Amino acid sequence: MMDRRLFLNGVLGCSLAASPLVTPVTLASAPWDTRLVVLILRGAMDGLDVVQPYGDPALAKLRRTLLTGPENGALDLDGFYGLHPGLTGLKPLWDAGEIAFAHAVSTPYRDARSHFDGQDLLEAGTGMDVPRAARVDGWLNRLLQDVPGVHSKTTYAIGVDEMLVTRGAQEVSRWSPDARLRLSPQAQRLLELVYHDDPLFRDAALEAIDITQRLSEAPELAPVEDAPMMDGMVPAARGKTAARVAEFAAARLREDTRIAAFSVNGWDTHARQGTTMGRRLGGLANTIGILREDLGAEIWGKTAVLAMTEFGRTVRENGSKGTDHGTAGAMILAGGAIRGGKVYGDWPGLDDSALYQGRDLMPTRDVRAYAGWVMRSLFGLKASQIERRVFPGLDLGTDPGVVL
Amino acid sequence: MTSFDPYLAMRRFGTGLAAQSAPPADAGALLADLVGPDAVGTKYKVPSSALYRDLDAEIVRLRRAKRASENPAKIERFDAQTSAAKAQAGALQLAAVKARVARGVAAPIGFRERLEWFWADHFTVRSLGGISGRALSAFSNEAVRPHVTGRFADLLKAVVVEPLMLRSLDQDRSVGPNSPFAKRRGMGLNENYARELIELHTLGADGSYTQTDVVELARTLAGLTVSKGRFVWEKRRAEPGDKRVLGQVYGAAEDGLDDVFAVLEDLSTHPDTARHLARKLAVHFVSDTPDPGLMAHMAARYSASKGDLTALYAGMIEHPAAWDLAGNVKWPFEYLVSGIKALGVAPARILAAKRRDVRRGLMVPLRLMGQDYQRPVGPDGWAEEDAAWITPQGIAGRIQWAMNAPDALTERLPDPRDFLEHALGPTPPEAVRFAAFNAENQREGVGLILASAAFQRR
Repeated sequence: MMDRRLFLNGVLGCSLAASPLVTPVTLASAPWDTRLVVLILRGAMDGLDVVQPYGDPALAKLRRTLLTGPENGALDLDGFYGLHPGLTGLKPLWDAGEIAFAHAVSTPYRDARSHFDGQDLLEAGTGMDVPRAARVDGWLNRLLQDVPGVHSKTTYAIGVDEMLVTRGAQEVSRWSPDARLRLSPQAQRLLELVYHDDPLFRDAALEAIDITQRLSEAPELAPVEDAPMMDGMVPAARGKTAARVAEFAAARLREDTRIAAFSVNGWDTHARQGTTMGRRLGGLANTIGILREDLGAEIWGKTAVLAMTEFGRTVRENGSKGTDHGTAGAMILAGGAIRGGKVYGDWPGLDDSALYQGRDLMPTRDVRAYAGWVMRSLFGLKASQIERRVFPGLDLGTDPGVVL
Repeated sequence: MTSFDPYLAMRRFGTGLAAQSAPPADAGALLADLVGPDAVGTKYKVPSSALYRDLDAEIVRLRRAKRASENPAKIERFDAQTSAAKAQAGALQLAAVKARVARGVAAPIGFRERLEWFWADHFTVRSLGGISGRALSAFSNEAVRPHVTGRFADLLKAVVVEPLMLRSLDQDRSVGPNSPFAKRRGMGLNENYARELIELHTLGADGSYTQTDVVELARTLAGLTVSKGRFVWEKRRAEPGDKRVLGQVYGAAEDGLDDVFAVLEDLSTHPDTARHLARKLAVHFVSDTPDPGLMAHMAARYSASKGDLTALYAGMIEHPAAWDLAGNVKWPFEYLVSGIKALGVAPARILAAKRRDVRRGLMVPLRLMGQDYQRPVGPDGWAEEDAAWITPQGIAGRIQWAMNAPDALTERLPDPRDFLEHALGPTPPEAVRFAAFNAENQREGVGLILASAAFQRR
């Protein structure tokens, strides 16, 4: 039996500031200074609608109701590609060379076109030769396994989606901004008492409270004057869950986190793509906008954001004004570290004979090659490390030069 | 060392304490919970896999009819009927989760529920495409639940003919290399199921087997497949000739499926299987690092009974090391069910819950706690280590639920001073008692009890 007075002294006598539950978590150092954000666009984003090859005469015939090209509101990028109106808020980034696209890219996933398996392969970062049962870890985790000085805070998986891309032997942190641990001061003191003798519960709760507190203080931590100024950029919208995920990522990246990964969902546009796509892209543009604003000019300058999806969609519109599961698609690269203002990749064409299985955009490059080159430039990894460990079996090929 | 404790028995081996449930008096009473009719299983129905299959067939029929028709009015009707069938599938899923929660809450002890959850995890299947592909609760209810108190061999045999298992582990893509089917289509073996059957389901990854045994087992299994949503043994996929698995020769049976059953019988009583199952069960129910004496005793009881699961459980319960006080952390689903049970929520209230209530009160919290309902990441199921669950996000999800859910689940919150003993028994930890009595309101008092490590550990 414990002494009741001891509790009174220990619980009600101690001030909140002295409580071990609110001691700030000690920040460890980081293995490098550049930042990488990986966005998994779940549901298969239609690359042909996002970065529209309107210069290819076949496009307009394939897409009857999905309007394409500058005459339908797309932003003309280079006389061949147009950017979907949903992303035109990012025009200033394009003009400043802080956003680029890679087209006709895909993972090695072929033919079955299942979201589950496609995402699995994208996040595992392996080829089809590795059986599903053997795909036990994600490529971001394998990257970390080879770097000295990495700790659990180096990488954050954010949101409630399982992020296979970060799974593996190296410990990574995980948080969903929907998780909040907000307690009344009295409840917090009592919880501290209840967990006092159970270090596992005590330490985890301590950190959860600490993260929640820092989240609620975040607006003060992000001084607006530090936000990179850019003509024409509309301030990002705040408040929704997706915005909170991006805010949380930026807040961590401003401290000792170097890699953040999260999902941006809702790309499975089988029907009425015209409406859905604009909304989804608006959300994605906002996510990128928040990262840029909250990271501030200096950190944004050494950041690369990679947005990748499990596969592209059919080149032909279907009967319900949407598109079905396809093969090659597009990847989005943003950030001050990116050599932007350019659409990378070899265009395979849209003629029947140029299509994959007569229905999909033909992949001309492995999407992992772009991610691999970004990591090589950003973190100084050796090519052999990337080709053997991070993306086993990948041929990196020539440097596309996407990083400044 | 301690021994049998009725209150600990409810937490560790059942679905938790509640005012309305009397704890078992002794180990015999705990085991007796497994004998006799499955009362809550009968009372709270989990929709059968046949219902899912029927909906799949209905959707296929409608798709064909739509393709064959050119009448816009008819096409519209087919579309509406397809949507209705899909909505029915959603209703089946909802009914299933509610029944599973109601069973755990209504069960006086709940040992059978815990065993079903454990073995359904041991035989993890994935959520797959189509409506039948989502019938995970039906799989658990039909293939696992009836066999958790019998011979392990019978459980293995029930699982090996389940379409969801065969599809989850690619057995439906495996073909004997010398079978008539392979000669025509150029397909071959897929070792996935054979490997997991040895590594996860029977001998364990540290068992005494070789890659050759895996291949030989895969040759034996070739022929198990799925057609139109049902299990079939396809002779033309089966590998002709003898197979040698762990030194035993199979292949003489008239029907290849009998060879599969024979190999499962032998795997079930292998000494490595006894050790693997004893360890896995002890790690789940007792501790991340169980006492070696406990595991040895369990394995010996199992082997002496020639693979009887109840003997394995008895071996655990009768051993003093099974009653060590520091317990494992409950899985999130188990935590929520035990919380709802402790709060005295009537099963009828659970069955009446709307889809939105289930999403907000169960599905979303489970995701935050790291256990996306019925969607474990790999074929090895959910993690057992306490540290995998009590992460900052996991604990935040648990405390959030503890603080907010009771209010939504009850007409009137219980008095924390009474609830303390309903939830934790007559001797709750002193710190929890202090918190319950000193919280500034009932909501926080109840929340602190449910959030306590004492309640979250089994």
